[in-house]
Amino acid sequence: MNLLLLTILIPFVGGLVLLLLKGEAAKWISLAFSLLTLGAAVGMYQFFELNEQVQFVSNTVWMEALGLNFYFGADGISLVLVLLTTLLTPLIVLSAFGRNYSGVFLGLILLMESALVGVFTARDAFLFYVFWELALIPIYFICLYWGGENRGRITFKFFLYTLVGSLIMLMGVIYLYLQTEAQFGMASFAWEDISRLKLSTLEQSWLFWSFFAAFAIKMPVFPLHTWQPDTYTNAPAQGTMLLSGIMLKMGIYGVIRWMIPVLPEAMVEWAMLAVVLSVVGIVYASVIAIQQKEYKRLIAYSSIAHVGLIAAGIFTHSVHGIQGAMIQMLSHGVCAVGMFFVIDIIMQRTNTQQLESLGGIRNQAPVLTIFAVIVMLGSVSLPLTSGFVGEFILFVSVFEFNPYLAAVAGLTIILGAVYMLNSFQKSMLGEPRPEFASFKDLNWSEFAVLAVVSLLILYIGVYPKTFMELSEPSVKLMLGKYSGFTLN
Amino acid sequence: MLNLVFLIPLLPLIGFVLLGVFGSKLPKFVSGAIACTTVLVSFLITLTLLGGVLSGSIVSETITYFDWINTDGIYLPMSFLIDPLSVWMMTIITGVGFLIHLYSAGYMSHDEGFARYFTFLNLFVFSMLMLVMGSNFVVMFAGWEGVGFCSYMLIGFWFKNTNYNNAAKKAFIMNRVGDLGFLIGMLLIFVKVGSLEYATVFGQAPLVFESGTTDIVVITLCLFVGAMGKSAQIPLYTWLPDAMAGPTPVSALIHAATMVTAGIYMIVRSNVLYTLAPFTQDFIMIIGLCTALFAATIGLVQNDIKKVLAYSTVSQLGYMFFALGLGAYTTGLFHVTTHAFFKALLFLGSGSVIHAMSGEQDIRSMGGLRKKLPITFLTFLIGTIAIAGIPPFAGFFSKDEILAYAYQRSPILWALGILGALMTTFYMFRMFFLTFFGEFRGTEHQRSHLHESPLIMTLPLMILSILSIAGGFLGVPHVLGGHNWFGHYLSGVAPVKELALDHSTEILLMSISVALVLVVIIIAYVIYVSKKQVPVSEGSTLTTPHRVLYNKYYIDELYDALFSKTLRWKSEWFYKLLEKGGIDSLVNGIGKGVQWSGKTLRMAQTGNISTYLFLMVLGIILLLIITGLLV
Repeated sequence: MNLLLLTILIPFVGGLVLLLLKGEAAKWISLAFSLLTLGAAVGMYQFFELNEQVQFVSNTVWMEALGLNFYFGADGISLVLVLLTTLLTPLIVLSAFGRNYSGVFLGLILLMESALVGVFTARDAFLFYVFWELALIPIYFICLYWGGENRGRITFKFFLYTLVGSLIMLMGVIYLYLQTEAQFGMASFAWEDISRLKLSTLEQSWLFWSFFAAFAIKMPVFPLHTWQPDTYTNAPAQGTMLLSGIMLKMGIYGVIRWMIPVLPEAMVEWAMLAVVLSVVGIVYASVIAIQQKEYKRLIAYSSIAHVGLIAAGIFTHSVHGIQGAMIQMLSHGVCAVGMFFVIDIIMQRTNTQQLESLGGIRNQAPVLTIFAVIVMLGSVSLPLTSGFVGEFILFVSVFEFNPYLAAVAGLTIILGAVYMLNSFQKSMLGEPRPEFASFKDLNWSEFAVLAVVSLLILYIGVYPKTFMELSEPSVKLMLGKYSGFTLN
Repeated sequence: MLNLVFLIPLLPLIGFVLLGVFGSKLPKFVSGAIACTTVLVSFLITLTLLGGVLSGSIVSETITYFDWINTDGIYLPMSFLIDPLSVWMMTIITGVGFLIHLYSAGYMSHDEGFARYFTFLNLFVFSMLMLVMGSNFVVMFAGWEGVGFCSYMLIGFWFKNTNYNNAAKKAFIMNRVGDLGFLIGMLLIFVKVGSLEYATVFGQAPLVFESGTTDIVVITLCLFVGAMGKSAQIPLYTWLPDAMAGPTPVSALIHAATMVTAGIYMIVRSNVLYTLAPFTQDFIMIIGLCTALFAATIGLVQNDIKKVLAYSTVSQLGYMFFALGLGAYTTGLFHVTTHAFFKALLFLGSGSVIHAMSGEQDIRSMGGLRKKLPITFLTFLIGTIAIAGIPPFAGFFSKDEILAYAYQRSPILWALGILGALMTTFYMFRMFFLTFFGEFRGTEHQRSHLHESPLIMTLPLMILSILSIAGGFLGVPHVLGGHNWFGHYLSGVAPVKELALDHSTEILLMSISVALVLVVIIIAYVIYVSKKQVPVSEGSTLTTPHRVLYNKYYIDELYDALFSKTLRWKSEWFYKLLEKGGIDSLVNGIGKGVQWSGKTLRMAQTGNISTYLFLMVLGIILLLIITGLLV
């Protein structure tokens, strides 16, 4: 059977099974399913040929009259994100060990994984849209039932906000569908058809904004971000990891797959505005992060800043920008999971995430501290950690686009150090606090998660080639710059 | 011998990993041995390279290991450049680094964080080696940021102390300000030249850039901003005195001998670019000279033994940049070398004093230590003479060379340079006399503990003393019968600037500077030994100029008000007014608006059929009117 379909089906089946399971066994079963999925994804990586071709294609008719197909396939861009999703999910599942979560919770995580892989591999615009919305359902329940106080109001806002964006995108999708019928005589949602449409500048412009609405809300891009800090802060740790580690990459992926090749003129026309918004977001969110009192909210704002740089890169409409975005998506995903897990460990042991009430944890938990430092280094983009590679390439792309904007965006390397070191110092360093005297260092599952996260941070930082060579040919194809790229 | 090059940085890295993973479980002796051995072996391998360079078998070799970053024209291999400049720096780093590792094994022996200390010291050596060995700007940048991180971890080594943690954070953030400049400089080079490999950049630069054009001036200025941060030049110097919070051997290795000279290394490495930008050179010269003088004035009145040395370091770094700004690249690096010897010696000596004084750092509480600490006393004296610039000690040759180039440019620059040198002499001998002469002024408890340090600490002092005496002979000028060997050694990397003074002038200048230095030493002797003056105690009223100097011109307070407070205030303001009050209220407002209109429009659904019919008819009539109008 097709490995790609397995990568979607295994977590889907696993998720359904788990919805019915109770007790400790559920954790191990969910871990097994997520590892199986990872196995399938690694299999894809093994058999993937380094070129711009779409591989592991599976195309089955869904509704013939409407031209709808179950059409999946993975090029390098998809594969990188599938690897990200399938690498992070076992870590997220493992992070729920030792916590009081039911089988339903774990099942929702696996269903989410299935939907995310679907988003990243759908070759049919309508299928993409279906998975896009499907992914929202599990996370909605995760936030609604396992979130903090005010979860009802906050989750509702998050749900509504993203739904509005998606519906605006749906209009765009339908318009494109109708255009395929007009231009090719046969209605189709297939990427291959949509990407060869001839669209006027005006059409491209409004389509740009319809897709932008959905994708920019998901990332989120300033000023469409205000659902994010509340949601990240209130969601349970695993929910926050799913949201920031993987789900926001749907928006970035969407731009790369469905905007750049389909709306090339609008991408150029609106590039300046989109890049400026992204860059403003970087500085704005970084500044706000500095004085945040809740640890999770601080990291939530830092996430807006990091994503701002990725967004700026892709909207520069260049190979550098997209390649930088690809590797930075990986890095951000890994670091976000690590960072939010560190906070979760602290919260679980101290019952607080107020930075004022924390401190001195290093005395009790040296191992946790070491991992926290590594994740922090990844986040402040120290060279030889994952954060640097992407950040550097993204800076190059923004600089090539406009040097002044790059200089402004560059403030993030100073501001990022300010808020990361501040929060690290407030939580970890200082005199031991008597109330944390019983603070336990990591247990085995926590150790496993953070060890894998740290190794990934270092690996991506030293040898990003593993991933960058996967996506490069496809990125060039997206930009119409494919010129028979071959690997020597 | 080139096939062993990878081991030079790799060995300290292995030491780092071993200590990081197993350090807490190993006995101190084993941790110390791992840390010292790895650096020693690196040093020995480096010596074979140095031999190769000296014999001429290595001129400039690039060794590529793997593609680090490679995408669509951004090609950044993990590769090393082995040439006289990098080998020289490697020798200093591993050589002085080894001595300081050895010393630390004694100095830190009572500390519970012994293994953690060596973990980061090894990582530091690795990062510093990457910095000087890289064959492109980005590998240099990797080392550059890496040493910054190690510096952060080691300044805040005693992490329970909030002041130390703040000092560590300040160092990292202030360095990052400089790094932004470095980064922008690199991006600009990449955009203009299309590469960041030294060979390509320096080869292309004279073709791509015309001398003095905006591009090259901006590039060199940006890179220099990076150097300002790392090498503590005005206005980014205030982190270095605070960095003394770390253990004293760290100050010796990182904040005196190696890391802070990275900025000088970077400019010497990029001398091709700087020579194309005379404006930047002048700028560097002015910044360097100002820093040299400014920091020296502060040093005159400090009472903390390490603070005096810290300001002295800032001031000496200023001299190095002064030399670079004058176009005398090899001279700048010569001073880096001699300074590494005598400043490491002085810091380690001060560590030995602090160790003996049970942690006391205030020179007002010391005095008369020469009898109890004879080796420390003698070696410290050698270091002090070396920095003061008395022949034939190391500092004399390097400093004199700088002053000669200054005179060639303008006698005023020379006079200012001499002024700084005299202040240096004064504060160094002030400190020296207060520490080692007169009566002991500490507590009885401290007196009973006074002891000379063990051999593992004094041995490095003795070796560094020899280097501080003899190091100057690397660059004996022609006028004194030498051949400026050091300049020729580096001439393949950076041209030796021509010195067109006639010999009698040179001799005269040297004599004046030496004579003045001797006078200042005598003055210091009279004040602090004959008259037994001790700086006033804390809380006494000071004269206004004294108070301003003692409080370091209030620059820290100024920065705090200008930057830290403003940033915090902005952060609050952005969050409350823009975020919550502005954007989020708007979003919520739209949501509420939709709900409200839903509620209101619902009223139209009355369920009353006559109303519906009435509205329908109204609609038809309207439609007819509109069609009529359109037709």
